[in-house]
Amino acid sequence: MSQFGKVWVRLSENPKRGEPVEVRAMVIHPMESGFRLDNVGRPIPRHIVDNFLCAYAGTPVFRAKLHPAMSANPYFVFYVVAEESGDLVLTWTDDRGEAASHSVRLEVT
Amino acid sequence: MDAEFGRRRALTALAVGALVLVVRPAAATPETLAVALRETFGDRPIAQGRIKLEIPRLAENGNIVPVTITVDSPMTEADYVESIHVFAERNPLPRVLQVELGPHNGRARIATRIRLAVSQQVRAVAIMNDETLWSTAADVEVTVGGCDP
Repeated sequence: MSQFGKVWVRLSENPKRGEPVEVRAMVIHPMESGFRLDNVGRPIPRHIVDNFLCAYAGTPVFRAKLHPAMSANPYFVFYVVAEESGDLVLTWTDDRGEAASHSVRLEVT
Repeated sequence: MDAEFGRRRALTALAVGALVLVVRPAAATPETLAVALRETFGDRPIAQGRIKLEIPRLAENGNIVPVTITVDSPMTEADYVESIHVFAERNPLPRVLQVELGPHNGRARIATRIRLAVSQQVRAVAIMNDETLWSTAADVEVTVGGCDP
């Protein structure tokens, strides 16, 4: 099996209240497109992360719908305005119903 | 006689060729993209501008093509980007990615990495909260295609 569940998340340093924080997030996943064949010519079934959600203090702030044309180990850079100190919870869900989740604390000064 | 045989052979070859074309896994074409755009946006008019697509003109590895999309928007409660849609016209499936944004993002900019099967045009469309649609496109030369082994 893959190592789905391993994630890497970084926030830009020194977030200031009212300013956008840069979030960089990657999850380990093969993103098997469904268009490849194995070594005896059988199609390899599709297996992709098809949804990604980032919630900030419980409110969804970034949502993505992914298709097979997204690279393996899907990577996103996006922004969130720092309001109050709170948790960013990032959740990736694949088309087999498996999920990976990661929480990172956003301390606003 | 010979001419007749030649004609028949040519016809057979044509028929086989047509069959092979039909049986091959469908690769998308600009027409498939047009269908995907219509399915996603209906008949809503799509204007050019307000959205910028940064992507290498030459991608050596079609499996990992970095993309950055920026929309000219203040991202306030009154004026913000609702969603960004990315399409690749000659991939097996033209849809690549949809993201939902809002004023809480503060900056209308996203970056990611996509797969391109062959050299083609990549298109990005933004939907704003005032219901207008804005689009741009960029041509990418792909040295080694993604999606295939």
